[in-house]
Amino acid sequence: MSQPKATKKPAIFFVAKEREPLFSKKNRGLLKDPLDDNNPITVQVLGICSALAITVQLKPAVVMTLSVIAVMAASNVIVSLLRNAIPNRIRIIVQLVVVASMVILVDQVLRAYAYDVSKQLSIFIGLIITNCIVMGRLEAFALGNGVWKSFLDGVGNAAGYGFMLILVAFFRELLGSGKLYGYQVIPDALYEMGYENNGLMLLSPMALITLGLIIWVQRARNRKLIEKN
Amino acid sequence: MDFINLFVKSIFIENMIFAYFLGMCSYLAVSKTVKTAVGLGFAVIFVLSITVPINYLLDNYLLKPGAMAWLGADYAELDLSFLSFIMFIAVIASMVQLVEMIVEKFAPALYGALGIFLPLIAVNCAILGGSLFMQQKSFASIGESAVYGFGSGIGWLLAILAIAAIREKIAYSNIPAPLRGLGITFIITGLMAIGFMSFMGIKL
Repeated sequence: MSQPKATKKPAIFFVAKEREPLFSKKNRGLLKDPLDDNNPITVQVLGICSALAITVQLKPAVVMTLSVIAVMAASNVIVSLLRNAIPNRIRIIVQLVVVASMVILVDQVLRAYAYDVSKQLSIFIGLIITNCIVMGRLEAFALGNGVWKSFLDGVGNAAGYGFMLILVAFFRELLGSGKLYGYQVIPDALYEMGYENNGLMLLSPMALITLGLIIWVQRARNRKLIEKN
Repeated sequence: MDFINLFVKSIFIENMIFAYFLGMCSYLAVSKTVKTAVGLGFAVIFVLSITVPINYLLDNYLLKPGAMAWLGADYAELDLSFLSFIMFIAVIASMVQLVEMIVEKFAPALYGALGIFLPLIAVNCAILGGSLFMQQKSFASIGESAVYGFGSGIGWLLAILAIAAIREKIAYSNIPAPLRGLGITFIITGLMAIGFMSFMGIKL
């Protein structure tokens, strides 16, 4: 995917760095870091708002992840394209409008093709607008970086967010209803031996506690992340 | 009687934080000390009780299917509900701006106290969440939506006040190192949410 030298593109589409390979080490880092060391939920503490209410089952969590990836990639790209044209004072409103339009698109698509999931997600699709992770990355990254980098950053952070979402949903669905993605995985024989689903896992407090435990494991593994108090 | 029922329900049973995790970002970021937590809590109450009724009017006279009937028969079939996200967030952002200017002019002391938190509130999920829940619950009157907004705000204040007080105390506790900070805050919030579940089933 190397760029032919002769073509002159408008400067706004490209950052000052010329002919950096599309997947240079730095760009791969943008994509990879948010999955673990710089995870938006457990390390940057962004985007927890709507994250947890939809983690009872895997399916809504997966749909939510895809929606967030779409919204973040698109709005990061748009804001990055506009970054030289947006006056600093009204940037929050501009960002909100961009994000809100993207979310409306995603919402309409979901209603058209996955109506039952869209009902299940209820207001939480709309809440992607105020999800701090979207605004946070727009502010921190897209306003100061080129289009391709912003795109990678958007996809990476949304994927990091989705990874945590899916992880929490995995444990909650497995322990709470013995299913994964709607299919039963715990064999009937186990139920006959007296195993019971843990109904508490389906209630909202357990989402918080599960996430707390995930953070514990992550920080025990990577001691750099430990906070002072 | 309905109002009281709705009020108690929105504070305790459908608590923004413990039942729906709305506004978690600022809940975690601003709950290190009680003083700032209270400031943000009051700002949230303020903005919620203004924006939810306004968005109620907007929803009922502009956005809902058939809501434009008051403009004449030609408009009766319009359905603008797909615009609700963008309208709601625009109302919230401009309201926050307006509230900020009014408070600055007439109550400088309050402005000094709330200062930095007011602009932050525009992107607090609890505020947009309040409006979206209002739309979903299809309240019967503007009074109900105002009570709902006010109650949700108080519920949010209660939650952030409680966690801030607890976090001030646990600063002196001996917590396993990897759990310090964020991890233990999540677990405590979870335990508090279990406590709040005991309000479920209360009927007034």
